[in-house]
Amino acid sequence: MLTPGLRGYLLEPAAGDHETTSNSTSRHRATDLPPAALAALAPSFTVVAERGAPGSGARRLTWLDTFDWRLYRAGLVLELEQTRRGGRLLLSQADGTPQAEQPVTGWPPRRPAQDLPAGPVRDRIMVLISPRALLPVVSAVSTASVTRLLNADGKTVAWLTAERAGVTAAHSTGAATAAGTTAELPLRLSVAEVRGYPAQARKAAALLAAVSGASPASQPLFIAALTALGRHPANYTNGVDAEITAELPGSVAVARLLLRLLDTLELNVDGVLRDIDTEFLHDFRVAVRRTRSAIKLLGEVLPAEAANHHAQEFKWLGDLTTPTRDLDVHLLGFAATTEHLLAAAPADLEPFRAFLVNRRAREFRRLAAALRSPRFGAITDDWRKALLAVRDAGAPKKRRQPTAAELAARTTGRAFRRIAAQGGAITPDSAPESLHNLRKRCKELRYLLEFFAPLHDPVAYRKVVGDLKQLQDCLGEFQDSQVQREEIGALADAMLAEALTGHGTATAATLLAMGEVAAWLAVSQAEARDDFARRFARFAGPAAQPRISALLAEPGPKTP
Amino acid sequence: MKIYATYNIKGGVGKTTAAVNLAYLSAADGQRTLLWDLDPQGAASFLFRIKPRVKGGGKALIRGTKTLEGAIKGTDFDNLDLLPADFTYRNMDLLLGTAQRKQTRKLAQLLRPLAAEFDNVFLDCPPSISLVSENVMHAADVLLVPLIPTTLSVRTLDQLTDFVAGFDGDRPEIRAFFSMVDGRKKLHQEITQDLLAKRAGVTAAAIPALSLIERMSVERAPVTVFAPRSQAARAFRALWSEIRS
Repeated sequence: MLTPGLRGYLLEPAAGDHETTSNSTSRHRATDLPPAALAALAPSFTVVAERGAPGSGARRLTWLDTFDWRLYRAGLVLELEQTRRGGRLLLSQADGTPQAEQPVTGWPPRRPAQDLPAGPVRDRIMVLISPRALLPVVSAVSTASVTRLLNADGKTVAWLTAERAGVTAAHSTGAATAAGTTAELPLRLSVAEVRGYPAQARKAAALLAAVSGASPASQPLFIAALTALGRHPANYTNGVDAEITAELPGSVAVARLLLRLLDTLELNVDGVLRDIDTEFLHDFRVAVRRTRSAIKLLGEVLPAEAANHHAQEFKWLGDLTTPTRDLDVHLLGFAATTEHLLAAAPADLEPFRAFLVNRRAREFRRLAAALRSPRFGAITDDWRKALLAVRDAGAPKKRRQPTAAELAARTTGRAFRRIAAQGGAITPDSAPESLHNLRKRCKELRYLLEFFAPLHDPVAYRKVVGDLKQLQDCLGEFQDSQVQREEIGALADAMLAEALTGHGTATAATLLAMGEVAAWLAVSQAEARDDFARRFARFAGPAAQPRISALLAEPGPKTP
Repeated sequence: MKIYATYNIKGGVGKTTAAVNLAYLSAADGQRTLLWDLDPQGAASFLFRIKPRVKGGGKALIRGTKTLEGAIKGTDFDNLDLLPADFTYRNMDLLLGTAQRKQTRKLAQLLRPLAAEFDNVFLDCPPSISLVSENVMHAADVLLVPLIPTTLSVRTLDQLTDFVAGFDGDRPEIRAFFSMVDGRKKLHQEITQDLLAKRAGVTAAAIPALSLIERMSVERAPVTVFAPRSQAARAFRALWSEIRS
């Protein structure tokens, strides 16, 4: 029996190494090993090629992950292995320890993971990746040959696998490498131990390590394949990670920030258009919202004309994406919604779901057309040009400009004071609009904190953002419930209108079930409303004041 | 985990060749298989090119100072491992008990922890009636008894059947098969036909006397590996197919 690979080595090909050796006797069949490796092993082992051994032969490997590397970040690697005999999905830890596997036939990787047939891999990954789709990250075609190492008794005491792989960039959105780029990887040698013969495997590994040109294989094949194409794992984040320091001129800091947001926005366009999963649109919208907030709150350090014009343009983009996203939210939560039905049956809501799907398709076509329009192209191009000009100009010479630290302290303090005033004025009798407005102010503060995160003390930052996030969740629940309830009312009207013209499928049962969903939303909205005072006090009450003051008082130079 | 043991009081009747080939065929079926070479002569170990040596000897295994698991060696074949023979196994009787206190279920107890790792275990026993063979009979689910078609060996089978019938609790199933059958000998034909007709538990598949089977010691591999299409290999496959069902 074999144990997993004891040790791996890379062997850079030297001149003439592609010739394989051969021998005429039956126990010395040709091997695919380079002559230098064979020469190193020969004094201690008889080397015999093993045709057709498990693990030998050609295979295509495609590594899969979500666009935002959720599996990789969770320390997992997912590999689709295709051979002549069929395909299987292998899930392993980053160090190669197997976790789960399942056979797959005819499953194209560029499909939502929800389409994966049931199996141990699906069970393991769904909770991590949902609602994102699995995309091919990189693929390789590899040919492996297996060799036996025999002792003086002719007993196999170790197995040696030699694998040659050529990698190809998979056509994945956001990849820095063009699809079709290929690279050859160095020959990979790995020694597997035969049970009861560990010393022999160690000896073989040591002999190979001493071969000129051999180096320990420090990276798994997946990472080696990415590196060969000049790529890095986890190179996408939907967070704001611009390089900002306290002394940077405010205009340069804001330009860097906005350029980073523009990168994120542009990286998501392809995924939105190809409608791969709903998170592309979500991240796209977050980038738009952050950009709008930055223009509004920090735009004073930008050229006024460009800032004003793009404030309008990004509003257009935000509004454009809202209907599709709202319908996505309805559909993503649909299964959960049906669980709350008491009187109606889940099947009663099926016409409602079909109606949402239809609507979504129509809204998406409108959105896609706008994203392909010259107007959208002009927004991103002009905006990038304007921001690059600001970034590269540095500090203006004529008037004194605030540093990034001063700008952060001023704007964040202002945003916080606004929340304290608006939130403090809210009573149980206040109109819903006052909570809606407070929610917008909270988002603005959150964005400002995130933009200038590198300038804040990390411990104080985490605590303040944690409390703010809880307050935002409560306000979000309140408003989302209200919006969805209003939407259900509007959709019910539309479905009824269709039914009256003879085109729709809405029945009384469907409308009653929708009423039940609306009632449940009203309950959760009321719960959120009850929770508000406590959440607000925790974030902005007397106990929280010193924390906030400390955070705002010292945005000062924090050396990284 | 199912435990098979090849056993006969006589030597040279084809116990080891059967154990080696059946264990290989079990592994080739995809069953995780272990062959324990209990014979101090170490013929099965030799056939798999594995040195007949266990660290600490039989004493360490029986006393439990070394685990069986730690002594296992991988063969050249997938799913097939071997627990080698050791010359100290010749004293195993002494380790298993004294006249006052006999341990008849020690091997069964030692094998129990391997249940998670193996589907089938084959025990290749030394010839004789001893405390070791009694242990083997208690550990085994199936006793595989090679019989040379002679009147005396039929008597031996009867004795063995009576002996096992006297066990308290679980008794192994006895599956006898004819071994080293010479189709040209009238006596061999008569005895095989007679016994097949009269006795249950005798397999229809029989292992012929062939020089190719003796060649195993030259090739140092199961005949089912080096001559897979031979009459000998076919006979072992037919035997395994009857036994496993």
